[in-house]
Formats: sequence, structure tokens, C-alpha cells
Amino acid sequence: MEKKSTIRGGRERVRLVVVGNGMAGTACVEQILKYSPRFEIIVFGDETHVNYNRILLSSVLAGEKAADEIVLNGLDWYQNNDIRLRLGVRVVDVDPVNKTVMGDDGSVTQFDKLLLATGSTPLIPPMDGTQKKGVYVFRTLDDTRALLDCSRKGARAIVIGGGLLGLEAARGLQKQGCGVTVVHLMDRLMERQLDPVGGGHLKAKIECLGVKVLLERNTIAILGDEKAEGVRFKDGEEIAADFVVIAAGIRPNVELARKARLTVNRGIVVNDHMETSNPDIFAVGECVEHRGLCYGLVAPLLEQGKVLAATLTDNKGPTYEGSTPAAKLKIMGVDVFSAGDFCEATPGNDVVRYEDPALGIYKKLMLRDNRLVGVILVGDTADSHRYADWLEAKTDLAEQRRQLLFPQPALDKGLDVAEMPDNKVICGCHGVSKGSIVRAIRDRGLSTLAQVKECTRASTGCGSCTELCQSLLKAVAPQFEEEEKKALCKCVPHSEQQLREMVRSQRLKSVQQVLDIYGNGAGCELCKPALSFMLDVVWCGGHDEDRSARFVNDRVHANIQRDGTFSVVPRIRGGVTSPEELRRIADVAEKYKVRMVKITGSQRIDLLGVQKSDLPKIWADLGMPSGQAYSKGVRMVKTCVGTDFCRFGVQDSIATGVELERRFENLFTPHKLKMAVVGCPRNCAEATVKDIGLVGQEGSWQVVVGGAAGKKVRKADVLVTVESTEEAVQSAALFFQYYREHANYLERTYDFVERIGIERVRRETIYAPLAVQQGLRERLRKSKAVARDAWLEGDEPRNPTQFVQIQPMDNLQ
Amino acid sequence: MSNDAARWFRIAACNAFPLREGRVVEIASRLLAIFNLGDRLVAVENRCPHKSGPLADGIVSGTTVVCPLHAWKFDLIAGNSVNHAESGACLKLFPVRIEDGIVAVNLPVEEEEENESPAREVPDRPLRWVARKPLTAAPLQTEQ
Repeated sequence: MEKKSTIRGGRERVRLVVVGNGMAGTACVEQILKYSPRFEIIVFGDETHVNYNRILLSSVLAGEKAADEIVLNGLDWYQNNDIRLRLGVRVVDVDPVNKTVMGDDGSVTQFDKLLLATGSTPLIPPMDGTQKKGVYVFRTLDDTRALLDCSRKGARAIVIGGGLLGLEAARGLQKQGCGVTVVHLMDRLMERQLDPVGGGHLKAKIECLGVKVLLERNTIAILGDEKAEGVRFKDGEEIAADFVVIAAGIRPNVELARKARLTVNRGIVVNDHMETSNPDIFAVGECVEHRGLCYGLVAPLLEQGKVLAATLTDNKGPTYEGSTPAAKLKIMGVDVFSAGDFCEATPGNDVVRYEDPALGIYKKLMLRDNRLVGVILVGDTADSHRYADWLEAKTDLAEQRRQLLFPQPALDKGLDVAEMPDNKVICGCHGVSKGSIVRAIRDRGLSTLAQVKECTRASTGCGSCTELCQSLLKAVAPQFEEEEKKALCKCVPHSEQQLREMVRSQRLKSVQQVLDIYGNGAGCELCKPALSFMLDVVWCGGHDEDRSARFVNDRVHANIQRDGTFSVVPRIRGGVTSPEELRRIADVAEKYKVRMVKITGSQRIDLLGVQKSDLPKIWADLGMPSGQAYSKGVRMVKTCVGTDFCRFGVQDSIATGVELERRFENLFTPHKLKMAVVGCPRNCAEATVKDIGLVGQEGSWQVVVGGAAGKKVRKADVLVTVESTEEAVQSAALFFQYYREHANYLERTYDFVERIGIERVRRETIYAPLAVQQGLRERLRKSKAVARDAWLEGDEPRNPTQFVQIQPMDNLQ
Repeated sequence: MSNDAARWFRIAACNAFPLREGRVVEIASRLLAIFNLGDRLVAVENRCPHKSGPLADGIVSGTTVVCPLHAWKFDLIAGNSVNHAESGACLKLFPVRIEDGIVAVNLPVEEEEENESPAREVPDRPLRWVARKPLTAAPLQTEQ
């Protein structure tokens, strides 16, 4: 009690104690600060982190954001606002009579007003073994970190719960490389937000991403001695796993409220002014029950916080009247939006439906008396804002009944924004209106999205209003700079990483499909070759190749020169040729009057100045395969003479180089790829400045990657040192396929290795779990199996006019 | 051009021109690049105004082509340069039409060589030979 009196000593301000340092509590405190500085505020948080954006934990799990990127209020915010922050302290008791709270550190703190923002805890369904190691929940940053720690590549994860949270957890784990199975009790995913048809489309999309879904499975036990090894269902079926995540829902934290003798049902009962049954104790967030409903989504909680702030600061007036439940699934390539009531059985409801099973698009609107009461969108949520507005405003849609699903497109893109009234809320998470964003942009001269986020907080919640904020910036800011999210191209404004996922999940096989669905339908000379390569890699050569999307070099398999002629470089593996081959090359050079014959820097021979129409004939006469000297692909392996002849050679560099070239030749890569093998560390063939190099040593090989001697000079990093030649080639193969799958188009290995970091490259190639390595090898094997020597097209052209001019039917005589 | 009259030259069947690719044809001592844009065919001189690059070898996107040598981009309907507008560079365009599945192009010819053309005169059909449809629905497509 002594502690209490010292804290109380000489205090004039009203002391507000906030229990809970989550989004709802902190947002409410922010609002309180706007009203009144007369509070002395103490915040207790049982997590050890400052306030962060819980919604984005799924992005952290997926590796898209770092933990510090989701912080909403840093320590400086608490300091600047004179808030005492007690982190890592759980409040265990409340004395409503003496007005004190007790922390689990033994502290006792006096309050004048108490705000309970205790949130909720994960619901653990009754089953055996939930206390075992390897059983996780997904609620806090610590949970997320624990999941990241155990989610190594190839690990098998089971996620119990097929709701919003479960699916986002599953996706995150899968992106970390885990094999994920979602187990759900009900007959469809997200059954509270979707009808059976929508649930079916969602399931198909989730499965396309590579996540397994098991429905109608009642998990009764977690198997394993001390550590989780799998789960058992009620029907006796068992499946194995390395760890289990329970994401089966949440339960409001109401213990403190009970101790404070507040009225509690499922949550802490509050009225429209957000008052509890005790005039000095308030509650906000997921722990609250308002008009019989508990909310778990951020927008209603922030709205509650605003009302409560008014009530608590003696500005009582605004009321909270409940929210329409709305949910948005944030998984790239799997768009789901659901809001309101969609029970078809309700008499008097009209259903408007659209379904495209091939594209997985499903839209369903429920109308009553020409007003929207519920909406489900799967596969295309572009219109979710419009529907949410109609729901909220209860707009009479009688006149728009013919355009409910497909509105007339706006003539110019700025129109949407210009037509919006100033009080229209852009950011639902933080309740930021168009007017306040426009004012902030104009008055403070903002020009980037990051500045808008900082000044207005708009777009820092779920992020779904990012595009709207961008449009506002574009319309208002004179010096708007579009933040380049490393999008591939203006034509397809997504990152290559995202595009690879879309291509995979939507099963897109041709460049034109990608452009039609995710781009502007036309593309350009920059994105089309990139997409071409991406499709090749994603489908291991099983894509629909569109020659028109590729540079002329890859259409006619030769390198175009400044005068429109071409150069021809046959494959000379390892730089080893023969008198007979040289004779043929010499004959060809004479026969076709080749303007120059040149030894290249890559131990090959270049025939320069060839007409396009001569190409097939030259290839036939040469009788050698294409050296791919024109493509973003495997160029060559340069070798030294090694143990065969050299006095110093300790490894057979020639045989190894020829073998390496055979294994990778005819494959495409993000940029050109050059290799070398040297038989001793003297490095005569310069392996340490190649994309992939093998350096022979006494009894071992050093495999080096990311070297360069071009525009940039960079010494290659050592990937690994291995004893046998086969191991060396295998290690090179892992890196080779990893680079193909992860680099951006036109990113050389030296930029790629620097961007990713050699440690991570090692971790995800040579030190990766066996299953991951097998995956890389298998995809390389598949690609290689369908890759063929491009010059074979000389005999079988793609079409009759591939190499020749068209002879007109009419001409001047 | 005042000395010249124009006449139509038949070239080849539509399917000689793969979708979104260019092909070269030599007529009346001119090298033409003919492109299949999906909903129409266009003909231009196969010579980039910048450094004489072979436009027929360029990548076609929408209604533009990019020269393979230095990436100058041109609109194939209007002829203007898209990314070097300041240069004033412009392509020479020639009308194209389809006669019974055969692509024909209209070229100016010298007066004296033109004596047989009146007999060959065919009534002018509109340049746009099919109603404009989405690219994917165009009947002309000859995806290889």
C-alpha cells in the first residue's frame, strides 16, 4: 500500500489505467489524447512488445514483413504522450471498491478510471494432448516467432481450423516451405462467412496453392509422447505432422471483468456509449459484448474506441450501434470478401449470383427490399468497397439493379476519387475520411504513400485501402511519386514473386493469359519476355510457349547484330572441339560468305554476319547443337586442361566441365549464365568470376557462385566444398535451379546472391532438408526432360515463315 | 508522290502471319514489315527511322512494335514514335485489306508500270476488314 500512496502523492490529474496494449486499447487511448490531456495514463501489456498491428501477423509469418514493420506505436509515442508503459506485466486482479489493479509482478496500482482492453485468447477445442510440445496457437507476435522457428522447409504442419485465421496461418507456413494440411470440423471453409458454393471455390483455390484441406474432421487427440507427432480424428483416422497449430476461434478474456463484478455474458457487456455496469470501469475491443455480439475484426473495435473516448472524457454523446460483420481474407491470389447476412432461407430475400467456375470467381449478393443485406465475393474482390458502402448506407438499389455485379466502368480512373464525398471513409480500420487525407496531402505537402500513412494512419491497418490512398495522392499531390513495389512492369503491376504465385495458383499457362487477367491485356517488350521465362520455370517447360512474347533472338535462335544480320555460335562443350568440327565450321564460313569468324571469350567460335534465311541451312551443315549464345540461358562451361595434360592439374576439369554443360544446356535462366571448371586453384579458366564455378583442389572441389567479370567484377562466393565430382555437380544443380526459381528476370547471379545473401542461399540449397533438395532436383529434371536443342527447329520450323521472307503472289514484273 | 499511283498487291494467305509477329515481304523494291495484331493486319516499311533496324523482328504489344536494335517503339496505327516522340520519327504506313483470305497491301507504283492496274481494279473495301472484337475472339488468329 506504500507503493500506492507514493504513486498517488501530489497527483491532480485523473489516472486512467489501461489493461491491454493491443490495437483496440491503444487506438482508444489515441482518441482519448485527442480529447483531453488531463489524464495520467498507465498501460499494462502482458506481451513484451509495443503495440503492433495484429492483423499483419499473417504477413510476418509468410515472411512478407519483418516484425518491426508492423509496429503501430513505438516507444517514442508512449514517451511523447507521457504514458507509462508496463510491458510484460499481466494484471491478475481488480479491486473495484478500492479501485486498484494487481499485476503478476506483485505491483498494486491505483486507478480513477479503468479501461479493460484485454482482448481474447485462442479457443482450444476439447481434445487430448494439447499441452504437448509442438502444439501452437497463432495469436501474438511471440506465437508467430515460435511458428517461424519450427517452420523449416519440408516440415509437415497441421492447422486445426479452416476459418480466416487458420487459412492465413496455413498460407504463411506453406510460404515458409512447410507441407500444410488444414483440418476443419465443418463441411466447408470459413463457414461463418461463406455459403457452400463460395466455400467450395475457396477450397479449390487453397488447394491450388498446395495446401491440403480436410473437411468434416473432428480432431480428438494430438498424438506423440512429449512432442506432437500427428493428430487423430474421431473416426480413428490419423495423420502425421511435425507440429500442430490450433486456430479454431477466439474467446473473449473476461476473467478480470468478473473479478471487477461487471456484468459479463460471453463478453463484457457494454451499452451504446460503451459503458459497463460500473461507471468507472470501461471496456473496448474483442473482450466486449455489444447488443449480444462480440467482434473480432478491427474496424468495429476502432469505432468502439472512438465512442468510448468521448464517453470517458466527459464528452458523452456519440453512440456505437453495432457493425455489419465483414471479413476479408488476405492471401495473395485467393481473394475472399464476405459481409452481412447471406442466409438464403430468409423469406423476402433476393439472391443475385455470378459464377465462373473456370476462373474460380463467385459473387453473391443478398437483397431485401432493394437494399443489400449480404455479400460474398470469392476470386474477385475489386468491388468490395462499393458493396460495403451499400451495406453500411442501406442504399436503395432499385435503379442500379441491372448493374449490381458489373458497374459501368468509370471513364477516367480519377473519376472514382473525384466523385467521392469528403466524409467518405477511405480507411475503415482507422476511420480516416477522404477529406482528412486530402487536407493532409495539401497542407503538409505529402507526396508518398509512406507519408500519408505516417500523417493520417490511413492504410496502416489491413492495407485494403492502399489503392484508394494512392489514387488520392495521384489526384491531389503535385509531385506524387508512385512507390515502386518492385512491380515487374506497369503492364502487370505485381512483383515477380506475386506473379509466380498467381501463375501457379491460377494455373496460367500462357503470357497472354497472365496479361489478360492480371495486367493491361497488351504487355510490352519488357514484361513479356519476363513472363515467358516465368511460365517456363513455374511449369518446368510445360507452359504454352508464345514466341511473339520473346525477343527475336529466341524466335530464330541467333543473336541479332547492328545491321540486322545474325551471329551463329555452335555448342562446343567445355571448349573442346575436334579437327573434323573445325573443318565443318570452316566450310560453312566459306559457303555462306560469313563476314567474320571469331574466337569468343567463352572458348567458342562465332560466325558473324549471317542472313536470317541462311540460319537453318548453316545449322544443318554444321551438324552441331546451338550454343545458346543469344539467349537468357545457359551459355557455356569454360575449362582448363586439368589432369589430362596439365602438370599442375589435380582434378579432371575437362570431363567435369563437359558433363556440367550437358546437364544444364538448353535451359533458360533469369539472365545469361556462364560457368567454368578449373583443375587447380591457379584458376586458368577464371571460375571464380563466373555465375557458377567449380574449382578443383587436391581431393575436393570448391563450388563457387555469383562471380562476375562483366559490367561488374565480383569474386564468387563459396557455396560449399565437397569431395566427389558428382557431389560438386549436384551442388551446382541445386544452386542453378534455385536461381531459376527465385531470381527476378534479368537479375544476374551476382546481384541475386548479394540480394538474398549467400548464407540464405546455402540454407535453402545445399543445407536444405532432403525433401526441398529433391523438389529442386525433380523440377530441374522435368525442365531438362522437355528442353531441346533450339536449332532442331531448322528442320521443323514453328511455322513456314519463321526464317524466310514471304514471297508475294503479285509483284512488279 | 504526285507521279505515283497506288495499286493493291496480293501477298499471301492470312495464316502466313502468326499472331503478334511481324513478317517481311519485298514488293516493288520495297521491304515491308507486315504485322498481325490479332484484330487486323498492318504494313509498314521494314526500316526503323532511327538506325534502319528490322522492325519485323520487333516485339508487338497492343498496337505497338519495338525495334530489336535500340528499342525505339512505334504505334503501328498512327506511325508515330511512342518513346522518342521528340525525334519526330514516323513510320511509313501502307493500307492493308483481305481479299478472299489473301492479305493485300496498297503500294504506290511508278506511272509507266501501272498500265495493267485498271483491269485489276477491285471495289474499295474498308480498311478494317472485320468488326473489332476482343483480341482473343478475332478469326484471324493463327497461334502456332
